[in-house]
Amino acid sequence: MIEFISQPWHWSVSGVMISLVMLSLIYLGQRFGVSSSFKAICTIGGAGIQFEYFDNDWRKHDWLLIFVVGSIIGGVIASTFLVNSEPIQISTATINDLSALGISYPKTSEEGSYFLPTDIFNLEVLKSLKGIILIVLGGFLIGFGTRWGGGCTSGHAIMGLSSLQFPSLVAVIGFFIGGLVMTHLLFPFIFSL
Amino acid sequence: MRLLRFLLVGVFFGIVMTKSEAISWFRIQEMFRFQSFHMYGIIGVAVVVGVAMQYLIKMFNLKNIFGDVIQFQEKPKIYTANLFGGFIFGLGWAMTGACPGPLYVLVGHGHWIVLIIILSALFGTLVYGALKSKLPH
Repeated sequence: MIEFISQPWHWSVSGVMISLVMLSLIYLGQRFGVSSSFKAICTIGGAGIQFEYFDNDWRKHDWLLIFVVGSIIGGVIASTFLVNSEPIQISTATINDLSALGISYPKTSEEGSYFLPTDIFNLEVLKSLKGIILIVLGGFLIGFGTRWGGGCTSGHAIMGLSSLQFPSLVAVIGFFIGGLVMTHLLFPFIFSL
Repeated sequence: MRLLRFLLVGVFFGIVMTKSEAISWFRIQEMFRFQSFHMYGIIGVAVVVGVAMQYLIKMFNLKNIFGDVIQFQEKPKIYTANLFGGFIFGLGWAMTGACPGPLYVLVGHGHWIVLIIILSALFGTLVYGALKSKLPH
């Protein structure tokens, strides 16, 4: 069983599994949308005293915070028991493009992580302008953008598109324009810093 | 008990995000460079199956765990915000290679640097809350 789960999953299997996560949350009386957790955490932190936007009952989102804790535990379980040591099959074209930017893709799991380029995403790099832009500004834009746009990949791309909501389609188009502009126009500049 | 169910769905989500490789910064780069079908396949299948699920739920008036007929809330039609906010999130998605769900899962993988991304995202959320009335929606 563990061996069966541990092998790489075909994308179609993964897609079905994600829709099952959505279905489970719907059955439990909620909806899929992870970025709302940021708002709930701000509310718990007392942001409602200053700003009306956060002045509401975070307990309505207690289930989401528990879901988030679960997903961290899921990450622990998966990384401990279910990850095989074979590299993820990233396309050669991407590996070459990234190498031109100075980012290496690890050949073995000892060399680095297949999930995060650890030569950029580490505490040392926070001392550089490049690191601050990618990590601190990148995180800021995720928080700011998801609240302004009304959701992230789970809430708009999965939940929203599944119920054929036009606002979600507009948001997903926005996600992709943003991602393409960053990758193709801004990355060459940021990585030259 | 009620919350335990959500914990279990969360654990399942963390495993799915890992095994789908959707938490990989490299996979997100591959997607934005149109060099692999992998991420499009995942999102595409999830949406197609999701459309079928939501259609069947509505057609048969299926009930949730509380015995209530399942209703889907309409997303607010704030197209300017959807587009501009979505664009800004897209910039951050490409930079960090992760959307909010994978950020949490990566913490479980022991990538502590991601905690700084999450803290920054909380600050971004706070700034949005402060500026909300000044932004177009």
